[in-house]
Amino acid sequence: MPLTAENISLHISGFNLLRDVSMHVEAGTVTAIVGPNGAGKSSLLKVLTGEITATTGKVSLNHRHLDAWALEHRAKMLAVLPQHTALSFPFTANEVVALGRIPHQTGKQKDELIVADALKAVDASYLQKRFYTQMSGGEKQRVQLARVLAQIWQPTELGDQFLVLDEPTSAFDLSHQKLTLEIVRGLAEQGTGVVMVLHDLNLAARCADNLVVFDSGAIAAQGSPEEVLTEKLISQVFGVKSIIAKHPVTQKPLVIT
Amino acid sequence: MRRFSAPLVIAVLALSLPLVVMFAMGTGTVNIAIADIWCAVLNLLFADSPSNQTNTILFDIRLPRILLALCLGAILAISGAVMQGLFRNPLADPSLIGVSGGASVGASIVIVMAGSWIQGTAALGLSAVAAGAFTGGFIATILVYRLATSELGTSVTTMLLAGIAIGAIAGALNSLLSYFADNDMLRQISLWQMGNLSTANWSRVTMVALVAALLVGLFPRDSRALNALLLGESEARHLGIDVQRVKRRLIILTALGIGTSVAVAGMIGFVGLVVPHAIRLLIGPDHRWLLPGSALAGAILLILADSLARVVVTPTELPTGILTALLGAPFFVVLLIQRRREV
Repeated sequence: MPLTAENISLHISGFNLLRDVSMHVEAGTVTAIVGPNGAGKSSLLKVLTGEITATTGKVSLNHRHLDAWALEHRAKMLAVLPQHTALSFPFTANEVVALGRIPHQTGKQKDELIVADALKAVDASYLQKRFYTQMSGGEKQRVQLARVLAQIWQPTELGDQFLVLDEPTSAFDLSHQKLTLEIVRGLAEQGTGVVMVLHDLNLAARCADNLVVFDSGAIAAQGSPEEVLTEKLISQVFGVKSIIAKHPVTQKPLVIT
Repeated sequence: MRRFSAPLVIAVLALSLPLVVMFAMGTGTVNIAIADIWCAVLNLLFADSPSNQTNTILFDIRLPRILLALCLGAILAISGAVMQGLFRNPLADPSLIGVSGGASVGASIVIVMAGSWIQGTAALGLSAVAAGAFTGGFIATILVYRLATSELGTSVTTMLLAGIAIGAIAGALNSLLSYFADNDMLRQISLWQMGNLSTANWSRVTMVALVAALLVGLFPRDSRALNALLLGESEARHLGIDVQRVKRRLIILTALGIGTSVAVAGMIGFVGLVVPHAIRLLIGPDHRWLLPGSALAGAILLILADSLARVVVTPTELPTGILTALLGAPFFVVLLIQRRREV
């Protein structure tokens, strides 16, 4: 059961932020959205997660209109990691991740286990008792990632689960970038649908089943990374000359600029 | 920064509260020994007690005043904690961001417009003043919230500036109303601006206790929502919280709390700022503990401040609001300095 957007257009104060965008995210797959700054990637995520209502078009989650789901039910199926979370109160990492359990009624003991596991998954167990306000940018982002993981840690009877990430790796070093992609692939194998905005085309090519390229509010191309990533498209959309090679180990496309 | 166990801190506060009440009962222009207080209480409960001077002091003068301080302290502190969560900012306080100012204008308008009618029916008059204070506080809260909140979140600077603007308007309106008021109204209005518990009587205590019970009963049900709101409004929505409804409910309840407190005792500043802050430093920002902790600590603090106000310049007494401002303002300055270092 998918998360789908059909013919989405978004006009805000005279600007056409999105023009007739359609995309499907199947459960168990990873979709990466790439594109230049201001192409409308974040706007699409906002429409897809119900934060903004599209001017025209409709978004549905597991075959039901997004707004038709009760908020608490929606929260059990759809977890969202924004690009930046401004939290200025001294919660510990444990407490921040535990916020991800709010939609569930699984009891304190179960929640504590899940919180510990989620922190371990993002390599942040050592942060458990540290204060969020005193962490580095990368540590904060990992804790937030653990929070949304905790939110969809267990399957729900309501339907398939989806995770939406807006530039999850922007503050990460190489090893944590790799870890994030492994987590995302692992989730997909367990049946979760993942949508994420990425800036690094090679990261996107390496982990996405479906690559969506955005250009000025519309989809320029979508499909498997092999189909989509061509020298012509990259010069069209990004205005950069490049060579497409093959990764010697993974055989995925490798964009060299 | 080291934290204490939240249940422990709350237990200590809950146990201290009756002790503080006992202490306050014995303190005043006339000091009464603890043993004599117990005697009087037991007599009152189990025997026909003669109406002597001690009984009058204890049960007609001190007890209603102490209970009023207890309820108001709890209301102010828990409302402050909720506001700080709602604005996602530890500097939000009803008196700083103009809410108390709005409430005092509301109260003044009712006093001046319906002056003679109020003096006729004391109980009705008080609830009319309370309704005025509530409306004023409510309008001010909405205004500050609207002005300070954009799509990017709530801006502290805008919030404090909006507070200054609303405070200035409230001050001007209060002066205007004072200008047209007669002597009796003037005295009532100036009482509001100082913050005073000396008007305590049993009917006021009953009203304030009802509001305190309502707030202490209802606020904690939104603890988890407040925790989620600290992440941001859209994050809270993604966690399944109906942010609009929670916000509306919390704003109405805070306005009710602040409005009632302003109507009964005027502007008692800084309790709503200092108490939640201190409790947050001790046990962390989790609202499930912060709200009850703040209510208890606020009650204790205001009882102590009011006892101090009663004895510091005997045989007369200070308005309690002056004392809380004198103690609270330096604390606020320390907070500002600390935050400046952090940023």
